[in-house]
Amino acid sequence: MDATLTEVEKGRRPTTIPGLGRALRTEEMVISMGPQHPSTHGVLRLDIVVDGEIVADVIPRIGYLHRCFEKHCEHMANYQQVIPYVDRLDYVAAMSNEFGYVVAMEKMLKIQVPERVEYIRVIMAEFSRIVSHLIAIGTYGLDIGAWTPFLYCMRDREHVLDIFEETCGARLLYNYMWIGGLSHDVKPTFKDKVLEFCKYFRPNIKELNDLLSYNKIFIDRTASVGVLPGDVAVNFGVSGPVLRGSGVQWDIRKNDPYSIYNRFDFDIPFGKGEKGKVGDCWDRYMVRVHEMEQSVNIIEQAAKQLPEGDVQSAIPKRISPNASGPRRVRYTCAPRPRRASWGTTSYPTGEVDR
Amino acid sequence: MIAQELYDLLKTTFSDGILEAKLDGVIDPWVSVAPDRILDVARFLRDDERTQFDLLTLLSGVDMTKGTLAAVYHLYSMKRNHKIVLKTFVPETHPHVQSVASIWRTADWQEREAFDMYGMIFDGHPDLRRILMPDDWDGHPLRKDYQVPEFYNGMKVPY
Amino acid sequence: MGLLNQRFENGNVLLTSVDDVLAWGRLSSLWAMQFGLACCAIEMMATGASHYDLDRFGTFFRSSPRQADVMIVAGTVTLKMASRIKTLYDQMAEPRYVLSMGSCANCGGPYWEHGYHVLKGVDRVIPVDVYVPGCPPRPEALMEGLLKLKEKIRKERLILKQTA
Repeated sequence: MDATLTEVEKGRRPTTIPGLGRALRTEEMVISMGPQHPSTHGVLRLDIVVDGEIVADVIPRIGYLHRCFEKHCEHMANYQQVIPYVDRLDYVAAMSNEFGYVVAMEKMLKIQVPERVEYIRVIMAEFSRIVSHLIAIGTYGLDIGAWTPFLYCMRDREHVLDIFEETCGARLLYNYMWIGGLSHDVKPTFKDKVLEFCKYFRPNIKELNDLLSYNKIFIDRTASVGVLPGDVAVNFGVSGPVLRGSGVQWDIRKNDPYSIYNRFDFDIPFGKGEKGKVGDCWDRYMVRVHEMEQSVNIIEQAAKQLPEGDVQSAIPKRISPNASGPRRVRYTCAPRPRRASWGTTSYPTGEVDR
Repeated sequence: MIAQELYDLLKTTFSDGILEAKLDGVIDPWVSVAPDRILDVARFLRDDERTQFDLLTLLSGVDMTKGTLAAVYHLYSMKRNHKIVLKTFVPETHPHVQSVASIWRTADWQEREAFDMYGMIFDGHPDLRRILMPDDWDGHPLRKDYQVPEFYNGMKVPY
Repeated sequence: MGLLNQRFENGNVLLTSVDDVLAWGRLSSLWAMQFGLACCAIEMMATGASHYDLDRFGTFFRSSPRQADVMIVAGTVTLKMASRIKTLYDQMAEPRYVLSMGSCANCGGPYWEHGYHVLKGVDRVIPVDVYVPGCPPRPEALMEGLLKLKEKIRKERLILKQTA
């Protein structure tokens, strides 16, 4: 689309400085940023063309963390063995990854999971969203120069991790959702702890808003910066908070519900251009904050409705690619690809297709 | 629009470009398109009032073995809320597919990935080079017959 | 100095060797390089943040390799990244230490068998002092690894040559 090019060009600074009377000779500079850079929080490398302080063009270079997941999934003996690998796809929100994978697998193998499993999965996935957004928000503030919100976010994150740890023994990578069920049932105190967390967390979002979201310096640095228009976002296949930040009301949990998301009452936050233009950095940031509020709502509803039951009754005894023929669709090359499954689930950083 | 209607529409518009289809008994119905017609089909599906597939959710390469590669397009229409899967089969000896990066910009990187992993050539792609593997890497790792090299830049690769 | 607080009256004299003082100084303020690769980096961030507070061990993260004493290799090292890690290690001023955090950096972890793009252990490109196992290691394990590194530094002799 030609629109994107002109958008980039629009952001360029005029070379004539107002008030100076003559044009200064300016030239663009190419800076290679990363793979080790304090604000990449990972191994992203960007070749940035800067015109003064304005970024005129970016060439991203990725692949510094290509861990050959497709190859591993091809070589696993059965489907359950893939789950630890999907954990590691996006390690910040491992539960959401598992959710996507098991939903696709259950669709393919036609497994109906018990009610209790669905509810626990939704609670865990929404907790994962909170954890992921807390890291996103905290490190975003960190990069802009606010150290304290990061510490506050990490403090709240630890409370969620405590619940995860109590349930399945791991802090970061869980291997918790299995095809047809869960690896462990939750502890008897789970429901109380979840509700207690909801009560604890709501005021903290307000605290975060006071500290960072509506901070004047923060708004000055993010509002009307990096505007991504809605139609461009769709054309680029953007999903998740970034798409919603561009003003597109699209959430797979509402528009194409999977699992039991149609039973809960929640809103889709989207960018409204409150502080600048629709689809700027502040909008994208704020969508995440509002999504955490909505996640707390969903968790609270789910925890209150949590039914009793066995979480492992529907786990199939024997499933393997050779026995049933199908294999994962993306980048898998089965000797006899008979069936393929593909599930789309909502995910903290966007939709995820398995 | 359900899959059958979409198939009929495509078949009447691109009679020879649509090769085969599997609409029943699969979770995602798919339509097979000739590799040299995929650009026209993609443009039609995006722009036509009845289809409006504005989102390319996923473009992936597949090694079908027996010397065949495939490109799989998962399309979704946010306005009309329907989806379809397109498949293109090409021989390993001549893996040329038309690029759809001019239709959906998201195809840019995903086609690069399919090129990197399977060696599929997307004709008309603006910048077809490796995306995940280093530029000086040899071979396409997700092909079934791929052999892992012993050394890369003096570093031992196998365990 | 917590241990020495209010133990001595009116300015006493401590007798020690230069090596010991140097080692004590170095081990008490190990500055780590802020350098996250994968999953373990999130645990490293958690270790440095509010709940676990790595600062109390004198370790905090510097963005530049030239200001860092210890490189915490937190995560999977891919072949594309390996040469960059070598460069970063070369940029660090001596004496420098490397702490390999997590199974991937130790030996390839879950990617040891089919990971065609994963370096099976960061010790194939740079020397490693301490290995911390786990996938990912808990923050406590990372702290334990740093304490082990401090033990190692305490025994080092920079000025007095060790007799074979």
